[in-house]
Amino acid sequence: MTATTISAPGKAGKPGTRGGRARGARIAKYAMLLAFVVIFLMPVYVLVVTSFKSLQEADPSQAWSLPKHWSTYGWRTAWSTLRPGLENSFKIAVPGALISAVLGSLNGFVLSRWRFPGADVVFTLFLFGMFIPYQAVMIPLQSLLINIELSGSIRGLVLAHVVYGIPICTLIFRNYYVTIPEDLIEAARVDGAGMLRTYWSIVAPVSGPAFAVVLIWQFTSMWNDFLFAVFLGSQESWPVTVLLQNTSGSGATAVPYNVQMASALLASLPTLLVYLLLGRFFMRGLMAGALKG
Amino acid sequence: MSPSIVAIGLFVYGLIFWNTKVAVSGKHDQVSPSGFDKGKNFVKVWDIPTWPTAVRHALIFTAVFVIGALILGFFLAFLMEKGLKGEAGFRVIFLFPMAISFIASGVVWRWLMNPAPPERAVGLNQLFNKIGLEGLSNDWWQDQHWGMAAMAIPAMWQMSGYVMALYLAGFRGVSEDLREAARVDGASEWQTYRYVVLPQLRPVTLSALIILGHISLKVFDLIMAIAGPQVITYVPAVAMFQQVFERGDPANGATMATYLLVAVAVLVIPYLVWSVRTERKS
Repeated sequence: MTATTISAPGKAGKPGTRGGRARGARIAKYAMLLAFVVIFLMPVYVLVVTSFKSLQEADPSQAWSLPKHWSTYGWRTAWSTLRPGLENSFKIAVPGALISAVLGSLNGFVLSRWRFPGADVVFTLFLFGMFIPYQAVMIPLQSLLINIELSGSIRGLVLAHVVYGIPICTLIFRNYYVTIPEDLIEAARVDGAGMLRTYWSIVAPVSGPAFAVVLIWQFTSMWNDFLFAVFLGSQESWPVTVLLQNTSGSGATAVPYNVQMASALLASLPTLLVYLLLGRFFMRGLMAGALKG
Repeated sequence: MSPSIVAIGLFVYGLIFWNTKVAVSGKHDQVSPSGFDKGKNFVKVWDIPTWPTAVRHALIFTAVFVIGALILGFFLAFLMEKGLKGEAGFRVIFLFPMAISFIASGVVWRWLMNPAPPERAVGLNQLFNKIGLEGLSNDWWQDQHWGMAAMAIPAMWQMSGYVMALYLAGFRGVSEDLREAARVDGASEWQTYRYVVLPQLRPVTLSALIILGHISLKVFDLIMAIAGPQVITYVPAVAMFQQVFERGDPANGATMATYLLVAVAVLVIPYLVWSVRTERKS
């Protein structure tokens, strides 16, 4: 990083020094990365440790220490209060993700192959749907769901998630499908296969990875959603995020910390497990969000 | 395909239109009939004392969060870009916060950023006291002036791993030959970064900026989880929520939502047009 490094490999008379510098830099990098690891994991430490404390220990005086007696009180309480929400979240996120994936796959295929006039405009309008603040549709959406008698229901929430998930799902599939060689599609067409037939016999069988990305991405965002849930849900359909906010969120100051932390962990377990088990697909979904296929 | 186009047309653009109609309807409660106030409400919302505050807070939050997450994410990627043992593990750790909802992480960050006085303090303030860094104790998000900056800390924790992933992909996209060529030409390590690698990362920076920026303008869950609807951390999305649920004022809510939409559109549309065009060219 200083002037001494300006030297072509041949001129580096003292290879030892060079290696030493490189090792020094590597150690420094590791040290900094480890420091960041500690910072990034600090909230996890607090969550786990506090969630296993007993009621007596979960007070400020022992905030950072390990529990002396590991207690499952927090977890049991969290489970009984959050259970309806967890069920609703599954009922929303599983079908929602499946429908999203099917729609996204069909749309993505069409957009990747079919060049119609104005396709770019349609595509851009589609993509903008991915970025809009949902506040800008929420008031009319509430009225609309009341009119079609889906207000406050799980089906209403699934509908909203699926519709507003169309842009991102379409984008992920489209970016995946443009990598399928044109010759392959052309060959199917020459053999007399129509659009749907081509999709079924050529495209669908190789879509596995894209399906994985979209399913994980949609499941995670539906599970973690709070905005749609508070505007469009009701007591019967509230997902776990709303219950968590009501029982351990900013309004719930009387709830002991061990219950709060156990609740937060419990509400995050499904998405955390998905992330840890299928992280590489999660990564690809993230990249698609940046318009990079 | 066409059902989806219809759905997007209806649910996105149709409802945006409808929302704008509500905004100019002058319908400030649930009973009075809808009329047309010639857009006066777009001026009048600025007289609601909390609205300008909400806008100012959103700008402070956006500045701190976007710049902070960009720098932190870039730095993490820079540390890892040459490839080192355990890279996959580091990546998993820096990215996992993204899999968690703001509502859940808000629970623990509210604990960490607890501003209670020392004897009752939990979280970071207590930790600072314990390790002799009392000077670092502060009021966090309840600070009169810097509250929104503190609010950006959990958001940075959640999103800088994403920025890291973007930059890491960017670094890997710079061909090794190009770097080697620069080195052979006698460029120092720093010069290689400055003149060869960094210019190629500009598109990544732009993408990250747009993505973080639009998340930041819309911030809602995080604020609700940590503070709830309080003036001290008021932002446009929370203000809109309160107009709808607590004041029962659809016109004001819709007007605020329209402002939010315009802010996001100004940020995002040029970028979308640009990226669709460049993709078409290649």
